[in-house]
Amino acid sequence: MEFKSNIPIYIQVVDDIKKQIANGILKPGDKLLSTRELATHYTINPNTSMRVYSELEAEGITFTRRGLGTFVSEDINLVKRLKDEMAETLIQGFIEEFKAIGYTKEEIIDFIQEKY
Amino acid sequence: MLKCENVVKKYMLTTAVDDISLNLEPGKIYALLGPNGSGKTTLMKMIAGLVKPTSGSITYKGQDIGVFSKSEIAYMPTESYFYSYMSCEDIGKYYSDFFSDFSLDKYNMLLENMELNPKAKASKLSSGMMAKLKLAANLSRDAKLTMLDEPLNGIDIIARDTVINTIIDNFSPEKTFVLSSHLVDELERIIDSAIFIKNGKYVLSGSAEELRQEHGKSIVDLYKDIYGGASYAKVN
Repeated sequence: MEFKSNIPIYIQVVDDIKKQIANGILKPGDKLLSTRELATHYTINPNTSMRVYSELEAEGITFTRRGLGTFVSEDINLVKRLKDEMAETLIQGFIEEFKAIGYTKEEIIDFIQEKY
Repeated sequence: MLKCENVVKKYMLTTAVDDISLNLEPGKIYALLGPNGSGKTTLMKMIAGLVKPTSGSITYKGQDIGVFSKSEIAYMPTESYFYSYMSCEDIGKYYSDFFSDFSLDKYNMLLENMELNPKAKASKLSSGMMAKLKLAANLSRDAKLTMLDEPLNGIDIIARDTVINTIIDNFSPEKTFVLSSHLVDELERIIDSAIFIKNGKYVLSGSAEELRQEHGKSIVDLYKDIYGGASYAKVN
């Protein structure tokens, strides 16, 4: 994975894991990589991968079973919540950019209907 | 863990290291950054105990640099330092006699991963192969402080992955790595902290993530700012 230089690496990895949960690659209850495996997988510092897991846990996306590892939360609303969260970010940028090139709300809707 | 206080090293008329104070903590991977001739190697050689500072002090776990520090510190210099008549295999045995923290199994595995023939003689290796051999020997030690001088110089991208993954594998909360480089971008994602030096003097240091946020740019761009575009393009 290529990292953007203006966003902290741990946030980019957190977003990548969220995306994998949203699109079903990772399912509720799945075991995640150990911090060391995560570090190797993304080629990141092991302290950064620890930070990734503490961030995910703080957001209620994962939980830790002592001695067993980190798991995706079994909360049934999780996938929906992550999808909504990501869609929200995407749509904001999308609308801003369309406004910037002079599209009206109706024109955007027509355009989507034509292209989708 | 490792403390440098007002360390100065003069060679005749040149001051290679000029009043550097550092404190390296366990559980961190540091990048020691600076263009050629900025004093990175001299500083590491002093920590390794190969060169004595002109003034200032260096202590490892509260003790002066000596037999104890050398048993826990691995240092990989840029030049090749093996006896040329030895084969890769011999070098493994030589290292395991020398260092109690050396793992022959790990060494053999690294030779295989980096496609080095155990029977090949050190004198017959290309410069890239020699670079890989030095890395294999040093990364097979379970040292508390590992200093690698230009670890990614002259090796192919496949071997770079092996080296970076081995560093991540070897890493644990009680260990420290110092990686010197002028190829910053390769290291950026695996380091905790960066130390910038210029003309032997300390310029800037800090956690990589904080430096990125504080200055609003990547460590690579920060490097270009500190050392200027021209000198960045010039280094090897």
